Amino acid sequence: MSFLDYFISALFLQAGYNSALVAVGAGLLGLAGGGAGAFIFLRKRALVSDAISHATLPGVGIAFMLMVAFGGDGRWLPGLIIGSAISSGIGLLMVEWITRQTRLTEDAAIGAVLSVFFGLGIVLLTIIQTMSSGRQAGLENFLLGSTAGMLISEATTIAIAGALATAFVFMLRRPMTLVAFDPEYAATTGINVRHIDLAMMGLALIVTVIGLKIVGLILIVALLIIPPVTARFWTNQVGPMIGIAAAIGGLSGYIGAVLSAAVASLPTGPIIVLVAFGFFVISALFSPLRGGLASALRHWRFQRRVHRRQGLLALARREPIYDGFTLRILRQSGMIRRDGVATLRGKTASQKAARDEARWAMARRILPDDSAIERYDGLTPIEDMMTPDQIDEIDRVISEQSGAPA
Amino acid sequence: MIDNLITALGAEFVQLSLTPIVIGILGAVACALPGNFLLLRRQALIGDAISHVVLPGIVAAFLVTGTITAVPMMIGAGGAAIVAVILIEIVKRLGRVEPGAAMGLVFTTLFAAGVLFLEMTDTSSVHIDVQHALLGNLESLIWFDAEGWQSLLDPVALATLPPQLPRLAVVLLAIVLFITLFWKELKISTFDAAFAEAIGIRTRVLGFALVVVTAIAAVAAFDAVGSIIVIAMFVCPPAAARLMTNQLGRQIGWSVAFAVISAVLGYVFAGYGPGWFGSPYAVSAAGMIATISGIILLLACLFGPQRKRTGQRAEA
Repeated sequence: MSFLDYFISALFLQAGYNSALVAVGAGLLGLAGGGAGAFIFLRKRALVSDAISHATLPGVGIAFMLMVAFGGDGRWLPGLIIGSAISSGIGLLMVEWITRQTRLTEDAAIGAVLSVFFGLGIVLLTIIQTMSSGRQAGLENFLLGSTAGMLISEATTIAIAGALATAFVFMLRRPMTLVAFDPEYAATTGINVRHIDLAMMGLALIVTVIGLKIVGLILIVALLIIPPVTARFWTNQVGPMIGIAAAIGGLSGYIGAVLSAAVASLPTGPIIVLVAFGFFVISALFSPLRGGLASALRHWRFQRRVHRRQGLLALARREPIYDGFTLRILRQSGMIRRDGVATLRGKTASQKAARDEARWAMARRILPDDSAIERYDGLTPIEDMMTPDQIDEIDRVISEQSGAPA
Repeated sequence: MIDNLITALGAEFVQLSLTPIVIGILGAVACALPGNFLLLRRQALIGDAISHVVLPGIVAAFLVTGTITAVPMMIGAGGAAIVAVILIEIVKRLGRVEPGAAMGLVFTTLFAAGVLFLEMTDTSSVHIDVQHALLGNLESLIWFDAEGWQSLLDPVALATLPPQLPRLAVVLLAIVLFITLFWKELKISTFDAAFAEAIGIRTRVLGFALVVVTAIAAVAAFDAVGSIIVIAMFVCPPAAARLMTNQLGRQIGWSVAFAVISAVLGYVFAGYGPGWFGSPYAVSAAGMIATISGIILLLACLFGPQRKRTGQRAEA
């Protein structure tokens, strides 16, 4: 079976129960990550989640050691998840405590917590490597994630937890939106901002700990950051943004898991992150709202209008035109002939432009407070922005001053 | 007790522990110095971002040259750091997002790309893997030809020092030179960017230079000590020092002291600590150094004389 066949069959969950469950789990994880990440992004605390994810490692190590000490299997996923949740919770509270109690800023607190907890976790992992030989294998996989050899029970755990996290995001969306946009106002409506902040980060924490197995703790933060940044290109409204972020996160998780199942050697976490980044690049280029292509097009159109206008004004004043771009635009639109002499159309258009320019100049003198003056971009014809009565008045003053009838 | 100390510091110590400790100190100080300015400029996480993109940098260098010699690796890592800083700036402008989100997006993507390239190419024949990039190999930087303290005066033995040691020494010297030469400019632009601009300091150029210096420190240190120490040393010693004093000069002094203490104690605890608990194995020195720097920061948060914000009331 070729790669493409396998990819397509896996995409439609035909490639075996286990990989289907992993793909659905990764999709739900991405859904929850994108949704929770959207609020954290709006609250401008994206990198707090980086501290949370790195702070999981000591918990994984300690949980493993405890479970082995009590004679259990150290790799039992729910146990590791609980351990990692506790230690990353402590990490999160440390970030809050350092920021509140000392003069250090939040970014310093984040950097300190993530590096120290991670360092401590590595120390614990090296201790684990020396105890109970053989059974420790696999804890390193929490760094980068791995779905190879994942048990069905583990995949089910992840899928259920992902669904629960998505439900939590949905339930808490209103207070979280308020706090993200206007914490002061939220406080006056009786919302405890600190609790909602903690709940927001708690959601990030849930996404992180259930994502450890699939995406790994170094890259899980991408599932919280990339989807909202991408969604921001498509909308200026909160509701749609959260929906789009969740959808992008879900698709990235799902497609990434399927891709990595189709090519056995590919690690799951990095693939999911790169799929999400693919969505970002597409959005950054092609979004009609803020995409690079759309704004380049807007810029080009504006440039054309400016050159056309200036060229026409120069024609009206019988000034020579030297600028190559201006000449090309005038020639293309049939305003001038190849030898630079204005055509009939060009003469009409240039006189119209000159009259428009004169009207605007007069409008600035006699109607300086009109809103149209403030909004004028130097290009729009006056008929589009002022009433016929106003224009008549302007023309009357112009003709009075030049001493000729209108 | 004294006998123990003498054997502990004897020929074996010089051979096995002296060079890792010195390299650890050099790396820690090289990162802590620029870290002071990053901290005050609220750019502490630039160090985090840069140390994540070191991995794709060395993988790219490996893919291009096919070898793992130091110079192309360092050029690759440095190049990746600069690419990352430029990408962060682009994402920030294009997406109009906060710097943290832009940073998170760029470094996770580059790191993911690095891991993917690593997995897809056959690098099994050479020693290059994710763990190495994260943890470094401080313990393995031993000085084979040393026979005791007298080897420090023996040019033949000195020639076999691990190459990381002279490399880090040169980088540290360059960083000290940069900070001394641009001391006034760095200080003014860090505390009052608008004033610095007004008296003709090119703050943007200086800011970029600081990031480049940071990248150089990160790249030189990561090879020897791994990414964790790099991130920890960029943040923890300067942050602890910030809680000790209100003067930049003294803060830098404190941060260097904290960095040295973390490196020495971390290495000693990692190498000899488990023995005190009856375990014959050593634990990760890189992880331990980061942990010690965290403990120092915790103590500074609890007891540092300048730990409060100006005007914030000290709690009883």
